[in-house]
Amino acid sequence: MDENFLINASNISLEIEQRQILNNISLQVAKEQIVTLIGPNGAGKTSLVKIVLGLVKPSSGTVTLRKNLRVGYMPQRLHIDPSMPVSVDRFLKLAVNANRSEIGGVLKEVGASALLNSQLHSLSGGELQRVLLARALIQAPQLLVLDEPVQGVDVNGQAELYRLIENIRTRHKCGILLVSHDLHLVMSATDEVICLNQHVCCHGHPEQVSNDPAYLELFGKKDAETLAVYTHHHNHSHDLGGDIVEKREK
Amino acid sequence: MADFIIRALLAGLMVAIIAGPLGCFVVWRRMSYFGDTLAHSALFGIALGLILDISLQLSVIVACMLLAVALVMMENRRGLSTDTILGILAHSSLALGLVMISFTDNQINLMAYLFGDLLTVSWNDLIWIGVSVCIVLGVLFANWNRLLTITLHQELAQVEGLNVTRLRLLLMLLIALIVAVSMKVVGVLLITSLLIIPPACARAFSKTPESMSVMASIVGCIAVCGGLAASWFWDTPTGPSIVVMTSLLFIFSRVAVSGEKG
Repeated sequence: MDENFLINASNISLEIEQRQILNNISLQVAKEQIVTLIGPNGAGKTSLVKIVLGLVKPSSGTVTLRKNLRVGYMPQRLHIDPSMPVSVDRFLKLAVNANRSEIGGVLKEVGASALLNSQLHSLSGGELQRVLLARALIQAPQLLVLDEPVQGVDVNGQAELYRLIENIRTRHKCGILLVSHDLHLVMSATDEVICLNQHVCCHGHPEQVSNDPAYLELFGKKDAETLAVYTHHHNHSHDLGGDIVEKREK
Repeated sequence: MADFIIRALLAGLMVAIIAGPLGCFVVWRRMSYFGDTLAHSALFGIALGLILDISLQLSVIVACMLLAVALVMMENRRGLSTDTILGILAHSSLALGLVMISFTDNQINLMAYLFGDLLTVSWNDLIWIGVSVCIVLGVLFANWNRLLTITLHQELAQVEGLNVTRLRLLLMLLIALIVAVSMKVVGVLLITSLLIIPPACARAFSKTPESMSVMASIVGCIAVCGGLAASWFWDTPTGPSIVVMTSLLFIFSRVAVSGEKG
């Protein structure tokens, strides 16, 4: 095994009430590597992330973490009851391994300095995502696990957030496991894309198609550089039940 | 002033002080139905105590805590929602308690358990309440930040290394203990209101979890004093009077908030 590995999950399967959620999935994240997990709804992306984080036990397979690995986790959403008064500052200080002197710096890095004294429940979707990212960063992670970090953020904001994540990798020298909600658009800095639909459909390098005209029109030159179109080469398709249907030769 | 009113005041104030921070967690975590379920099971504890001929305080505490443990264990099961499980446990334990009481020879005053009997608090009761309140206050203080963290995001807390299941069980046991000892103050049917209404009054005026807790305690204390005064001067039932006071304070807090905004 590569000695640079942060996390190594091998032959993971998950079955809940006789339903196969994940089937024999292997995945590695190495130091300073960005791995993007894509797949349709119900593909088991979040389940896989939870297994990697140790929140859910797989039915079979093993997850090996690097010794003393510090993990920063950015959950998909934060449902905070509006009856709970908590400021952003307090929320960050509550992080179990928080380095409190870093709060100002980390907030600045994610572009949320102005939010320090805001109440958590008053934040917009995009602001909350930034604060959650700050919370993950404040633990000086070696591995960042980001579950749909751009959810609820508009298209321009998405590109900006992706650029931010890319910079984080270089600055903090951490590996990143990213779950993306979009099947075709991934961060261009991704080293490895894994397309998941209960099993690994395909994986590989994202294609650098930043010159695709339709795509440039959508994002503009600058933003387009942070995103890439991922072209799939599936040798099979799925029926409604998720079962594999082999493609027939024409 | 009469001795009994001093005891009643002390018991009420102690319960109100601890109900502030504990009630905040009940509100933040949307556990009000859980509080109700615990309260219902307290009556089962009374029946158990009468049949086994042991201290009623003790048997109620044991019954509430057993129920809390049962709930934590059942919560992770799939199939039925927590809501339904709580409903089943609440009403089964209440009904079972009533049936069991009918088998004993004791002529107990059911109304006292259902709506509280603050004016008959004995020194012995006061000791039970005092010790319980001190324990809960201490444990709450020692685990405050951890409990806030699991309330904000359970899985985030778990990834950060907290033992979420243990902390949740701890919080439930604390609530169970306070519900059990405060039965004397407002009774089985009204306990949850003492946990929920003061934090609801405090919410609009607080910017931190701590200020909300302290303010909720103060609101609770005012309600206890007001309720006891009403009971003293107009001979109203004490427990319900306290709850009516919290409701009035809640209405005042709403009016004050809309006044500030308008």
